[in-house]
Amino acid sequence: MIPTKTAYTRPESIEEALATLADGARPIAGGMSLIPMMKLRLASPASLVDLSGLAELTGIAMDGSDLVIGAMTRHREVAGSALVRAQAGALADAAAGIGSPAVRNRGTIGGSLAQSDPHGDLPAVLLALGGSVEVRGASGSRTIAAADLAVGFLTTTLAADEMIVAVRLPGGAGRSAYAKFHRRAIDWSIVGAAAVIRGTTTTVALTGMAAVAVRATGFEVIVNAGGSLEEAARHAGDGTRPAEGLDGSAEYKRHLAGVLARRATEAALAR
Amino acid sequence: MRSSIRITVNGVEHDLEVEPRRLLVHALREDLGLTGTHVGCDTSSCGACTVHLDGDAVLSCTMLAVQANGRSITTVEGLATAGGLHPIQTAFHERHALQCGFCTPGMLMAGAALIEGNPEITEAEVRQGLEGNLCRCTGYQNIVDAVLVAARETARA
Repeated sequence: MIPTKTAYTRPESIEEALATLADGARPIAGGMSLIPMMKLRLASPASLVDLSGLAELTGIAMDGSDLVIGAMTRHREVAGSALVRAQAGALADAAAGIGSPAVRNRGTIGGSLAQSDPHGDLPAVLLALGGSVEVRGASGSRTIAAADLAVGFLTTTLAADEMIVAVRLPGGAGRSAYAKFHRRAIDWSIVGAAAVIRGTTTTVALTGMAAVAVRATGFEVIVNAGGSLEEAARHAGDGTRPAEGLDGSAEYKRHLAGVLARRATEAALAR
Repeated sequence: MRSSIRITVNGVEHDLEVEPRRLLVHALREDLGLTGTHVGCDTSSCGACTVHLDGDAVLSCTMLAVQANGRSITTVEGLATAGGLHPIQTAFHERHALQCGFCTPGMLMAGAALIEGNPEITEAEVRQGLEGNLCRCTGYQNIVDAVLVAARETARA
C-alpha cells in the first residue's frame, strides 16, 4: 500500500513547526496511526511536518507537584520511567501495553492523544488522572483539560494549526493502574479501564465504551460510598452505549467494563 | 517532488532521492536491493518488516524513508559480521526456529533487539517481546527457544 503524494519537512524549532502548521501541514509524531491511515488512504495530507526534530518536545520531569511529559516522548520511554511509575502508575501500565515493542519505540504520548482513537488507551488514562495537554498554535498557547480534548471519533478540539507540546498530570498517583482486554497481543483495546486512587477517592475512566473516553460514574459512586468492588463492577458500564461490532455486543462490552474497572482498582489498591 | 536523504544501512552510507511518501521498506528493498526485509501484512500487524533504527526495532512498513534521514539502519543482511553469524542466527539454525521462513527476518531483528544487553531475559519476557511478530506456521516454541539460547550465548561471548 502506498500513500498519496505528500510534502515533508522536519523543522528544528517550534516556531518553524508552527509556521508550517499554519500553512496547512499536518503534524506527524511517531506515525504509528497516521502512516497506516495514509497507506489505506483514509488520510491524504498534502504536506507533513515531522515533529521528531524538536528536542524540547521530549522528556519526563516534575514541575512542582505535576508530572510533565513532552509530547514527542515515546511510549517506550514513558513505560520505562521510574518517575512515571511512581507518580502515575496507570500511565506506565498503559504505555507498556500499547502495540508491540516496535510500535512503542516510535509511538508518542502526544501523538496518541491527538489521534484520539476510541480504542486507544491513553485518553482514558489522562481522564482518570485528571491531566491536561499543553498546546501551542500560531495564535498562542493554551491548556486543554482531558475532558475537553476529545469530542468524537478521531476528533479533538485541537485546531488545525495547533499541536500538543506537553502532557501535564497531577502527580502523586502512584496508586493507579490500567487494565485492558484485547484479542491478539497487538490489537487495540476492546475495552480498557484506568483506576486512580487519591486518598479515599477512586476515579475510573473507560476506553472503548463510547467515541471518547468516559468516566465509569456508576462504578465510582458505589466504591466511593464504601460499596464492594463486586457490586460496583455490575454498574461500571451504566449509561454507556458502546458501538456493537465484530469485537463484541454492547452487553459484552459493559461486562468487560465491570471486570476491567474492578481489575484496575484492585491493582491500584495493591500499590 | 523528491527529497534528498542520507541513510546509513548496515554500516554503508547511501544518498537517495525519494518521494516523501516512499515507505522505508520500499527504499530498502527496491532502491537498495536489500530484499531480506519482508513485507508481510503491510498493516503494522505482523512484524515481518522489522529493522533496527539506531539500534531499536521499528516497523519499516510504517515509517517513511524521509523519517530515517540522518539515521542508521540495520537490516537482516547486516546482522552477521565478518566474524560469522549473529548468535541469534546461529540459534535459529540450530533450534530449527523457522519453517517457511517468511517471518524469520522480522523475528531475527525483533529477537536481536530484545536480547541486546539483556542476556538473562526470561521466557515470559521473550514471549511478550515478540508479541508484534506473527509466524503463520505457528513455530513459536522453537523461535522462543532460539531467542533464549541466543541471549545466553551473548552473555558468554
